[in-house]
Amino acid sequence: MTQTDQIVLPAKRRGGETLHFALRNKKLLVGAFVVLAALVLAIAGPILHDVSPTEYIGVPGQAPGGDHLLGTTMFGQDVYSQFVHGLRSTFLVGLLGGGLAAVVGMVVGFVAGYRGGWVDEILNMVTNILLVIPTLAVLIIIAAYLKVRGVMVEALFIGFTSWPWAARAVRAQTLTLASRDFVDLARLSGVRTWKIITREIAPNMSSYLFMTFILLFGGAVLAAATLDFIGLGPTDGMSLGLMMNNAVKWSALQLGLWWWFVPPGIGITAVVGALYVMNVGLDEVFNPRLRET
Amino acid sequence: MRQYFGRKALIYALTFFVAVTINWMIPRFMPGDPIQGLVARAQVADPASVDAMRAHYTNLFGLDVPWWQQYVNFWAALLRGDMGISIWAFPTPVTDLIIRAVPYTLGLLIPAILLSWWAGNRFGAFAARRKWLDNTVLPIGYLLTATPYMWLALLLAWTLAILAGIFPVSHAYSFAVQPSWSWEFLGSLAVHWVLPFSSLFLVMFGGWAIGMRNLIIYELESDYANYLQALGARSRLVRGYAFRNAVLPQITGLALQLGTIVAGALVTEIVFSYPGIGHLILQAINNQDFFLLQGAFLFIVLGVLVANFIIDVVYTLVDPRTRIRMQGNAV
Repeated sequence: MTQTDQIVLPAKRRGGETLHFALRNKKLLVGAFVVLAALVLAIAGPILHDVSPTEYIGVPGQAPGGDHLLGTTMFGQDVYSQFVHGLRSTFLVGLLGGGLAAVVGMVVGFVAGYRGGWVDEILNMVTNILLVIPTLAVLIIIAAYLKVRGVMVEALFIGFTSWPWAARAVRAQTLTLASRDFVDLARLSGVRTWKIITREIAPNMSSYLFMTFILLFGGAVLAAATLDFIGLGPTDGMSLGLMMNNAVKWSALQLGLWWWFVPPGIGITAVVGALYVMNVGLDEVFNPRLRET
Repeated sequence: MRQYFGRKALIYALTFFVAVTINWMIPRFMPGDPIQGLVARAQVADPASVDAMRAHYTNLFGLDVPWWQQYVNFWAALLRGDMGISIWAFPTPVTDLIIRAVPYTLGLLIPAILLSWWAGNRFGAFAARRKWLDNTVLPIGYLLTATPYMWLALLLAWTLAILAGIFPVSHAYSFAVQPSWSWEFLGSLAVHWVLPFSSLFLVMFGGWAIGMRNLIIYELESDYANYLQALGARSRLVRGYAFRNAVLPQITGLALQLGTIVAGALVTEIVFSYPGIGHLILQAINNQDFFLLQGAFLFIVLGVLVANFIIDVVYTLVDPRTRIRMQGNAV
């Protein structure tokens, strides 16, 4: 090892240390692997398996393993094709809905926590009110009145209703950071509020923000599945919740067509469960106190 | 004390006000015309009767007066307990339908919430920092919380009811018995209750167990726990203190989770055709019965608000610090 290498090392150490623990954290690796595998399937599946999920193409009620990998529905639709298309919607709803909720939650949380005063009072009031309203019930009402529903619109509504707890969490974190010396220093040197939030406060809680996003992602996926199952799913697409809705509607239970309702549930559980496990792993990576010895 | 609950009550009153307003606004400001849809559903071709139907529905919804008066009328009707007449079960008032469905939903929800919370907390606290248990509890717990409520319900219905035939698949009681206070009827009620209850219980149980496990680990890392251990206290004692501290966030967690839990109960009822609020909502959606849908929504909001208030009261009883802070200067 040369002299220069050793001088460069300390500057890089923090990132290197995080990576060091990340690569050795089994929970993080297993979770990330499952999520990535599902993502690849969601992206590549519909391209490689070019069969319409809604068209009636085969013998109705075929068991898995024959012409169709996961069998067919009571109407002869290809279950595997429905599954991969549904998985795609799942990721779309999670990314869009969870992402939107994260952005709204962060903005509200940062502003409320950093500005304080009456801005905080008002934002806090709004957050508390929305926190108590059962948002899924609101979503049910909204969706019931929409004649045409798409995955995007669903994600939009989920995003705009699921941010309150994130806002509250971000606000609490911001409050503890806002009184630190380096923030005071930035404020004294005349840095604008928005810059302090994005340059000084947000980077210091980036791991926390990322984990909040993961939880919002999982929440959005589950919320969408619930809506779809009640029969308020996309009218022009396919989703895993819609598959279960159809299966129950056409008595797949009584007819024993288990391949119609088991795969969608596995898909959702695997993605959301892996995200949660990944979150624990990340928590251990970022928080030395939790690391297993 | 009074100031604290006064503030809470204000927030809940505001929340109810917002919820009612949302409920009033959605049908009126949604793109598309719900009356158009209702008329179209009747499939009448004659233009004269179409006009008559339009006028009838506009009058029925009270849409023929200025919007502020519609809003006032909406509140007035609501305070009288009048939520309109159901279209699906014409001509039963929505309030009656909801009152009939509520016992089933509460009979599922309350035992499932309380038992899963208690058992999950106990189990999570027990598993924390015990290598072998922890390594099995953690993945199972995460899988359970990640499971959509309706899917677990479907799995239970398929395996235990259809394949094994141990429990009935649907409804709250067998249609062979008449609802009465006989043992036969109560037995039928109990057998039909087991599966929907278990699926709700299991999903929630996973969440509480994980939450408690993580909180206990945090508590065991804290100074007071280390100090007790250094003094040579038995680990039972240390864990007991850690548990009491970790229960508090779990109570708040229960309040935050209520909305999701209620939604879970709704879809579970749908899977088992259990005649509670969820079943009503499904019928309302399938029959475009918006009065029923909005009545159910308001009822859910009201229920969640009441439950939140109860949790607030419990929290102040359990946590001495909130009580002391309230006696000093109220927050």
